[in-house]
Amino acid sequence: MNFPILSSLILLPSIGALFLLFIRSEKGNQKTIKYVSLFTSLVNFFLSIYLWILFDHETSAFQFVEERVWIEDLINYKVGVDGISILFILLTTFITPLCIISVNNSIKNRLAEFLIAVLIMESFMIGVFCSLDLVVFYLFFEAGLIPMFLIIGIWGGSRRVYSAFKFFLYTLLGSVLMLVAIISIYWINGTTDIVKLYEIGIDVKYQNLLWLAFFSSFAVKTPMWPVHTWLPDAHVEAPTAGSVLLAAILLKMAGYGFIRFSLGLFPVASEIFTPLIYTLSVIAIIFTSLIALMQEDMKKLIAYSSVAHMGFVTLGIFTIQQQGIEGSIIQMISHGLVSAALFLSVGVVYDRMHSRLISTYGGLVNIIPKYSVLFMIFVLASLGLPGTSGFIGEFLILMGTFKDNFLVAVVASVGVILGAAYILWLYKRVIFGKIINSELRQMVDLNKSELLILSCLAFPILFFGFYPDPLINTIEVSISDLITMYNINLTNN
Amino acid sequence: MINFELIFPELFLALSIMFLLILGVFKKDSSKIIQNLSLIVLLITSVLIFNETFGKVEIMLFNDSIIIDYLSSLMKIITLLSAFFVLVISSNYLKTFKIFKIEYPILILSSVLGMIIMISSNDLIVFYMGLELQSLALYVLATFNRDQLKSSEAGLKYFVLSALSSGLLLYGCSLIYGFTGSTNFNVIAEQLNSNEYVLTFGIVFILVGLAFKISAVPFHMWAPDVYEGSPTSVTLFFTMVPKIAALTVFIRFLYVPFLNLIDQWQMILVFLSIASMLFGAIAAIGQTNLKRLVAYSSIGHVGYILAGLATGTNEGIQSSVIYITIYIIMNLGLFSCLLMMKRNNQYYESIDDLSGLSKNHPLLSLSLLVILFSLAGIPPLAGFFAKFYIFKSVLEQSMYFLAIVGLLSTVVAAFYYLRIIKIMYFDKEIEKYDTDHSLWLKFSLSASTILILLYFISPSQLIEVASRINII
Repeated sequence: MNFPILSSLILLPSIGALFLLFIRSEKGNQKTIKYVSLFTSLVNFFLSIYLWILFDHETSAFQFVEERVWIEDLINYKVGVDGISILFILLTTFITPLCIISVNNSIKNRLAEFLIAVLIMESFMIGVFCSLDLVVFYLFFEAGLIPMFLIIGIWGGSRRVYSAFKFFLYTLLGSVLMLVAIISIYWINGTTDIVKLYEIGIDVKYQNLLWLAFFSSFAVKTPMWPVHTWLPDAHVEAPTAGSVLLAAILLKMAGYGFIRFSLGLFPVASEIFTPLIYTLSVIAIIFTSLIALMQEDMKKLIAYSSVAHMGFVTLGIFTIQQQGIEGSIIQMISHGLVSAALFLSVGVVYDRMHSRLISTYGGLVNIIPKYSVLFMIFVLASLGLPGTSGFIGEFLILMGTFKDNFLVAVVASVGVILGAAYILWLYKRVIFGKIINSELRQMVDLNKSELLILSCLAFPILFFGFYPDPLINTIEVSISDLITMYNINLTNN
Repeated sequence: MINFELIFPELFLALSIMFLLILGVFKKDSSKIIQNLSLIVLLITSVLIFNETFGKVEIMLFNDSIIIDYLSSLMKIITLLSAFFVLVISSNYLKTFKIFKIEYPILILSSVLGMIIMISSNDLIVFYMGLELQSLALYVLATFNRDQLKSSEAGLKYFVLSALSSGLLLYGCSLIYGFTGSTNFNVIAEQLNSNEYVLTFGIVFILVGLAFKISAVPFHMWAPDVYEGSPTSVTLFFTMVPKIAALTVFIRFLYVPFLNLIDQWQMILVFLSIASMLFGAIAAIGQTNLKRLVAYSSIGHVGYILAGLATGTNEGIQSSVIYITIYIIMNLGLFSCLLMMKRNNQYYESIDDLSGLSKNHPLLSLSLLVILFSLAGIPPLAGFFAKFYIFKSVLEQSMYFLAIVGLLSTVVAAFYYLRIIKIMYFDKEIEKYDTDHSLWLKFSLSASTILILLYFISPSQLIEVASRINII
């Protein structure tokens, strides 16, 4: 099969964005703009489903590989997917159309520009997950900053400027060291091709420094404690669709990067630094859960819960156990769906009441019951109730951690309880209780597009909660081969 | 046997300047004709250079005092084309200030002549001659809007400080002459005894003079004032064209006679580079005048160019040449935007005048957005690749400190570029600007934007061009 399916996935949203650029942004054209972008992103989604169907579960080799000379003797444009990356591509193509539908309610001005930014963002994010060359990866990884900066800055809330700058500069600062590391790898090994680097391996004496350089970038992006402070700001100020993109996909780039690069390229260093990751992850889980308990702003609460959940992810990755890494990937996918859903849910009430404060609400179950039911599903998925996708991820991660380090696992389990506490308390304060604020009575229940988006998210959350086999089948072989390779490299050195 | 054919482009340019000067004196209201003729002269000269000398392997003329090789031809063509664009987009600006006079194109041509002599020089005397020719023309250009106090001040400041640096440079030349007995680069290289540390003094003085010309820290003090005071079109010229010539001389001077003394000058270059990158990034943060801000940003960019030169390898030189080419394209776009900020016959140059530009002029602000992100070095724009090549060659020499400081200062620099974007995109709109720009202005803006935006599609071309530079 010669059809360049991955390049099409990368390019298609950008072409849609280019098309939008030429539509005049007048009132009458709003519909056309929306339909064009929705159409593009849906085509992309179906294309990625097709990719998943064609995907061969039995091998861990990269599939659908395309390679072209890009800069002579220096960089090849090389893309491909394996079990680890394909799910993230699906997540991206699934979340983007939902974001585009959600703008109906939240974005009032400069719609065309917003959708252009979202579509270009989609291109870059898919690029991150399927690039098989370090420089190409870096290119996509950094390029995503531009649209996100604009999304936060133009359509964000009152402190948007501060948040946009903080987001941009924090992540840029983290990433420049990675660029030094990438160029150094080029001079050490003569290539930046990931497949070749997997085969050659990187000299042990360089691994620690290179690992730290990559870590500085991924830790900021994940975000890990103590460099997580940009996230609550960015989330709170970003428009709903922006928060969704950030939480659902952007944060996953780093988790993916840890698996693909830190484990894959620097096994010796990863082994050395595992205690560091464990410590930071456990602190993130406990500390940010406690902070989340104190939040008065709904979006901020969910933002902190994201940090805690990503703490589980990093914990799982560095267990280097089959269950741990599988759990991390499923947790990332699940968190992608759940946090997107939670942000959209907050967006629903925010669009009606223009307040994100928990104290504004109370007793919503009597006014908007449909919303309350869907919101409950997401809340339960967030705390990891069995039967939701959140459970599978957390359970597997804790299982992997128990095998590796009992103490860490016990402390992390406490985090699960705290996670249940803050999110259930949020639900209780917003949905139950007496209606104190009389303005709330005017709220209308979900409209069609909101219902569509939220049920689209609820479906996979429940489906994969009961039947995670499709996910596990996809990633299983790739992860077991990764771990085998990791252990071989470790014993050889 | 002297081959005049090979310096025919320079001769043609010199004769044309004299002809245009006479034409301007005898024919009244000839500024338009002279402007157009100058443009044609610039184009013809670059075509001549392309035809006569491009791709020739190292030819020496006039007792080895002039060198013609791939590097010189390439840099001359870049110089001529940038001068062409400066001239072509500045006419509306000059007309607004009623300084659209015959002297302007002629002065630009003379300074360009000085520069291409500098580029070809293989001898300290020839180099100094070219340098002075271009500097004298530049002093006058800086004061070109002589009714404005700021412009006269800029010219005077530039003149005094530049004369000082020329003095230092000459002193350095005489020291080197004293120790080697020749002003010719090749002879110096042969006479060189690496034990003569006193020669280092000569090198240092010459480096100081050159660093002044390209406004590297700590010899940058003149740049912000002169850039701010000069007419915008002249500032554009300052930020681009003289740097090309000075860079070539840097390369030639350090790599031909003094390559063996690399231990001596590498540290100086690393220092200049780090200081410029950091200072350019930090000092620009507080600026409110766009031209001043561009001055500091150009100081920063010079730092990156010097980082490439500090490596002491062919790859380093090539990456510097790539960097300056991309930098010129970005600057051209940036100044095209500046020259479009006109309302009621007045030009605006404060950073707040960009407020809300994205609502009134979506395409203009989109171009500026692309250019600014590219200047900040964010992928996938051309500016990123420029930095990438520089750091690639720097890291090849394991100069980790330089690379890390350089990359960290890009983060600092990103802040002030972002600030402009913030003002354009996040702030409230103000009055609209005029939209009746000349075709050339629109062309240069859109061409540079598209080049920056789509550079990533085939980055190999530029590398291919640069990779034929072979000095060592």
